[in-house]
Amino acid sequence: MLSSILSSLPQVLIDGLALGAIYAVVALGYTMVYGILELINFAHGEVFMTGAFVGTATLFIFDDAGFLSSAPGWIVYFLVILISMIITGLLGVLIERIAYRPLRRAPKLISLISAIGVSFVLQDLIRFIAELITGNYIVSGISLFRGTFELGTSSLSSTFNDSFVKNNTFIIIGVAILLMLALDLFVNRTKWGVAMRAVAQDRETASLMSINVNKVIVLTFFIGSALGGATGVLFAQQYGTIDPYIGYILGLKAFTAAVLGGIGNIRGAMFGGLAIGLLEMFASANLGLITHGNFGSEYKDVFAFAILILVLIFKPEGLFGRAVKEKV
Amino acid sequence: MKRKTAGLASLVLLMSVVSACGNSGGGTTASGTEAGGTTGSADGTVIKIASQSPLSGSSSIQGEAIRLGAQMALEDRSQEFKDLGFTLELVPYDDQGDAKKGVANSEMIGADQAVLGVIGHLNSGVSIPSSVVYEKYNIPMISPASTATEFTDRKLKVANRVVARDDFQGPAAAQYAVNELGAKNIFVIQDKTAYGQGLAEAFRDEAEKLGATVAGYEAITVGEKDFNGVLNIALNKKPDFIFFGGLYAEGGLLVKQAREKGITAPFMGGDALDSSGMVEIAGDDVKDSLYSSVATDITKTEDGKAWADKYKEKFNKNAEGYSVYAYDSMSVMLDAIKSSIDAAGGKIPTREAVRDAVRATKDFKGIATEVAFDDIGDNIYAKVFIYKFEEAAYPGSLVSEVSK
Repeated sequence: MLSSILSSLPQVLIDGLALGAIYAVVALGYTMVYGILELINFAHGEVFMTGAFVGTATLFIFDDAGFLSSAPGWIVYFLVILISMIITGLLGVLIERIAYRPLRRAPKLISLISAIGVSFVLQDLIRFIAELITGNYIVSGISLFRGTFELGTSSLSSTFNDSFVKNNTFIIIGVAILLMLALDLFVNRTKWGVAMRAVAQDRETASLMSINVNKVIVLTFFIGSALGGATGVLFAQQYGTIDPYIGYILGLKAFTAAVLGGIGNIRGAMFGGLAIGLLEMFASANLGLITHGNFGSEYKDVFAFAILILVLIFKPEGLFGRAVKEKV
Repeated sequence: MKRKTAGLASLVLLMSVVSACGNSGGGTTASGTEAGGTTGSADGTVIKIASQSPLSGSSSIQGEAIRLGAQMALEDRSQEFKDLGFTLELVPYDDQGDAKKGVANSEMIGADQAVLGVIGHLNSGVSIPSSVVYEKYNIPMISPASTATEFTDRKLKVANRVVARDDFQGPAAAQYAVNELGAKNIFVIQDKTAYGQGLAEAFRDEAEKLGATVAGYEAITVGEKDFNGVLNIALNKKPDFIFFGGLYAEGGLLVKQAREKGITAPFMGGDALDSSGMVEIAGDDVKDSLYSSVATDITKTEDGKAWADKYKEKFNKNAEGYSVYAYDSMSVMLDAIKSSIDAAGGKIPTREAVRDAVRATKDFKGIATEVAFDDIGDNIYAKVFIYKFEEAAYPGSLVSEVSK
């Protein structure tokens, strides 16, 4: 049993890292908005989904224009991510303006319902547009880097099997790390980052220190949504097929990742995402083995979420969160 | 402003009430009362036949094929019924592949007295609960696609199908895999739906009976996109054959992700992979994949080819596997209605009469299949066909044929 778990371990780790990287970047969007507004932006999963569709549509437009064959793949990839980030970023700002700002003084529950409403609207809007253009809302896009790469992990130790990695997996992990580093630098090293942290800490006092709170909130939504959109493109490239409902389950898991890491904490969200991705992949590959076939891989989410519950029982503020004292 | 919207809303409400009255009025005339006969003489009493299939959603390609096939049969024979004094009308319903929606539609169909029969559904999971409603209203249904055993095993008077049962399809696929391809170490994946699990279990049991080892039996979740976990198990077990009980949206991704992992074992699925969507999703990786289907390749026969050309000309779409079965189902339904009209002396027949006439169908020769229903509504001439994607193009080529 142990040997077969070990032999597939490199493959499981790589697949888990790729999935976890996607969760992590989407989790950033949840955690940033929560940090600033204490609002769980349930529409974020749908922003991610919109990013996937915008990216795929952009690729189709490039392909029609003959741009795909003339430009190198990485430039196209970069452009697609950039366009998708800008559009989803603006979408995030729009959502904030329409659905959250008018409710900012209302009880938290009201904005939460508003967020759920936005997420339904986005799902059906995208479904409508996709069906109108392609005739089917399940869209298969163009994959830019189709090749696979055989990683000689068996040469490390004879207990391991070789693993196969899609080229796109490297891109996912690379882009996700770049995005996370950039965000970390932005939040910790720039003036706007300082303003953002100040607003997160105490909105009222921050506004007294001549910080334009509204601008900071808009910026937060822009960055969070743009990150979601970029991940959407990565996701569409990795799996090739997208539909308007991919944001639901993925958003839920990314939100869980944010909670696991301590919601409101950016580094915590990154860690939480990777942890959930790895746990899920490990459970899905090995659960049957460990339980002698009593529980198959379909129980992977049960396993991942059971761990989450355990963590929250012993550390309710999440792994990296600081226990918040009740404001009196 | 506010008052204006309120006024508008009440106007809309009023209009819908009025139109609803109009509908029910039409219903009573068509149900064969004295008044119905007199108004009918103007342009014929209306006989409605409903089609129920997913016109939106992930199975919409197949659902649309069912609607169009039924429509074509109806239009081909509308003159024949006009001569008898009846106007045929198809009422397409969208069940979205969702049991709740299918049942809600069935209630609406049942309430419309002009409807004498239903062609549908695609998904067994929708056919089964909806058939209970049809049974209540005595509306006969003929499914051109639902294969789950439970659909006819409940011995309803209204439930019929022209295609084979899952407990025949699964074993037929297993026989082909083990006997023809020599599969010894088989990995089975299913999607936890009534259809997928039933098919996968039937396949697994027969494969074991034939002497093959089932190396793994795992499940995935419909709607997910990442199946690396399950495929990592498969990678470990080194199977020489993979069988998947599920739909094409997941099937396409599974083949693609398996090939990307270097799993080269032949991949086979059930009739739900019988769709151009499979090729669209899996791309070149679909090559050499197999699927069993309860639908034949009609282009193999002269009549079938002529039919497919006509379909293409009419709808500007290629015929999908189920198009012709919907066509044959509708033809069976129309035959039954016609014979009940004759039995009723040229008057509109009751639903009960049509229901019994459908079940009594014997020796019907359609484009795709002969039809004769046994006492629970299964077609005794149904066959299972094995296809292979030789190229990344739909449909695959017919490689084998298994009859009961």
